Amino acid sequence: MKVYRSMVLISNGESSKLKGSEAVIASFHQAIEKYDLGREVHLTTIPDSSSAKSQPLVIIYPEAVAYGPIDEEDVDFLVSEHLYKGRVAPTLKVSDPFEMKRISWLLQRTGTMPAEKRIVLEHVGVIDPTSINDFLTHDGGQAFATAMEMEPQKIIDIIKKSGLRGRGGAGFPAGIKWQAVRDAPGDKKYIVCNADESEPGTFKDRVILEGNPFSMIEAMLIAGYACGADEGYIYIRGEYHDALEKITNAIQASREFGVLGKNILNTGFDFDIHVHSGAGAYICGEETALLESIEGKRGEPRQKPPYPTTHGLWGKPTLINNVETFANIPPIIQYGADWYRAQGTPSSPGTKVYTILGNVNKTGLMEVPMGITLREVIGIYGKGMKNSAFKFAQTGGSSGSIIPAILQDTPMDFDSYSNVGVSLGSGTLLICDDSNCIVDCVRVLMRFFQVESCGKCVPCRIGTEQALEIMTAISEGKGTMAHLAQLEWLRQGMEEFSNCGLGQTAGTPIKNMLDHFKAEVEAHIKLGVCPAGVCSMGE
Amino acid sequence: MENTADQQKISYDHVDAINVIRDIVHETGRSKESLIAVLKKVADRFGYISNTAIMEISRQTSIPAAEIFSVATFYRMLPTTQRGRHVIEFCESLPCHVVGGRELYRALLEQLGIQPGETSPDGRFTLLTTSCLGVCEVGPVLSIDNTIHGNLTTENLPEILALYE
Repeated sequence: MKVYRSMVLISNGESSKLKGSEAVIASFHQAIEKYDLGREVHLTTIPDSSSAKSQPLVIIYPEAVAYGPIDEEDVDFLVSEHLYKGRVAPTLKVSDPFEMKRISWLLQRTGTMPAEKRIVLEHVGVIDPTSINDFLTHDGGQAFATAMEMEPQKIIDIIKKSGLRGRGGAGFPAGIKWQAVRDAPGDKKYIVCNADESEPGTFKDRVILEGNPFSMIEAMLIAGYACGADEGYIYIRGEYHDALEKITNAIQASREFGVLGKNILNTGFDFDIHVHSGAGAYICGEETALLESIEGKRGEPRQKPPYPTTHGLWGKPTLINNVETFANIPPIIQYGADWYRAQGTPSSPGTKVYTILGNVNKTGLMEVPMGITLREVIGIYGKGMKNSAFKFAQTGGSSGSIIPAILQDTPMDFDSYSNVGVSLGSGTLLICDDSNCIVDCVRVLMRFFQVESCGKCVPCRIGTEQALEIMTAISEGKGTMAHLAQLEWLRQGMEEFSNCGLGQTAGTPIKNMLDHFKAEVEAHIKLGVCPAGVCSMGE
Repeated sequence: MENTADQQKISYDHVDAINVIRDIVHETGRSKESLIAVLKKVADRFGYISNTAIMEISRQTSIPAAEIFSVATFYRMLPTTQRGRHVIEFCESLPCHVVGGRELYRALLEQLGIQPGETSPDGRFTLLTTSCLGVCEVGPVLSIDNTIHGNLTTENLPEILALYE
């Protein structure tokens, strides 16, 4: 293994690129050549993990100093000071101390502030995602080594005991799924990683894949060993070009290193992973549609049961987990179920990665223990509302719920939310202020479902279309009270008779709207005005 | 990964078109499992998937043409009709909508003078709407020829469009 004296990480996500990170990288290459540091300094790119204010961000190891925002002209000075002369350049350091904490580690609660707790994102943005050596020196692979010394059943027992619940949105206990695949009869089994993240507002899986792709391979290896599978697939949505490149590279490097392939590390365990890139269809995030798509067909969901745990890919038992669920596996194996249970709430242990978006001062990604409240999220992580008062939040993309302001003190975990009739979804917190109109927002959500419905079953295909027509009519001032009754009827029909999760949850925004914002909807119909002044009302 | 954006697109009228399709099938695979990858490469190379391409892929893979057509029409990234020189995909999902996407969309329609699904008369732009592109931290966003442009406003939109001739 080649040893470098210093490692330079430069943020090069979409947001940094807009601020010229590519020019910064080019200048770094020039400056490193100028000072003849090529053999001592390693340069690599990382996804955006800080807020836009300090991008492009440059982190230099081993000192772990974060500099930002850096532009082209700063680079020569920075390289000569930090890398050539070996002293920190304080003028260029990230100034905001809060920002600094997001970049490095913050493990304890400080004062009364619920600190961010990074388990899944611990190494994202701080290690080189293209280097297997860097992954290994940051304790990568230890969980796999620990797992290989256990009986497969023991691993599943630990996962069960940890109480880990699937992070894709439904919150199904992971241990039970693993057990079902292990117990399913048959010699050939598959492990599938669902990286077809396409819920509007959700991009946590992309950041995990781009920032720490090797952890996904490690988790799938552990799953393969525990469930008795020898082949895995990662299904990445077609829009994620960078994540696809990183994971393809990581698989190749793992094969060369000998941790993927036949007889891995002389243990007699065989496992290999293939990558399948999606072609633009939201429905393929549904697990059986995803399997159809891997098989090269239209991504239309199958009827369940039988479940994929017994009849999955090419009819074989298949374990399908979300990226974030898999990312929780190595820490659980490494530190144990009791450690994991100490985070979060009793019914939903662990942490949750959220994307916080919308009308708040600070948007981005955060990982916090399960059970914190929306009020804390907005006040602490979102740094308050940007322009006006908080009206509602939309969780988990389109199949999540609309959470009105009155529920902002409900702890965010699977059970507390389902008790008040809303759902946590896949981890988006789209914070909307009172300049937004509920009718307009629900119309946009209905448009999404109408476009993304695969058309296989009638309740979803026709229901989403009609719901969109009604919402459009209301927003144009042509709504009637009979429309509301019809919406409720459509919602029930879709929920009860649709084949898959898309149709079953498509009516959720309608339900939330009628439960919590009926007065605003009726103002559109009876008074002919949009209180927020957003809808066209036919003008 | 092959960067298809830098590669010159070729026309189905080109004398080598059939050979290009055959090469793509040959290097990607003839099994059904590879079909989506084959179609994606053909779409990237030619701009869209023509009936000629479907017939040729069918001959090479022994998958019925009807089945190939049904797969191609299911996925957004597998277009079966010809498009303009540049394809604009506007994100119409809620996270972009509430941070200025609403106003931006109106400005975009006005500047292009076309409706979603249409191509401008000079063949410069095809406008499509799309669901979330997964870069919501810089919303509102649109993608032109698979390059993402974020933090857009009605003011900086003309500059971005001017980059594409």
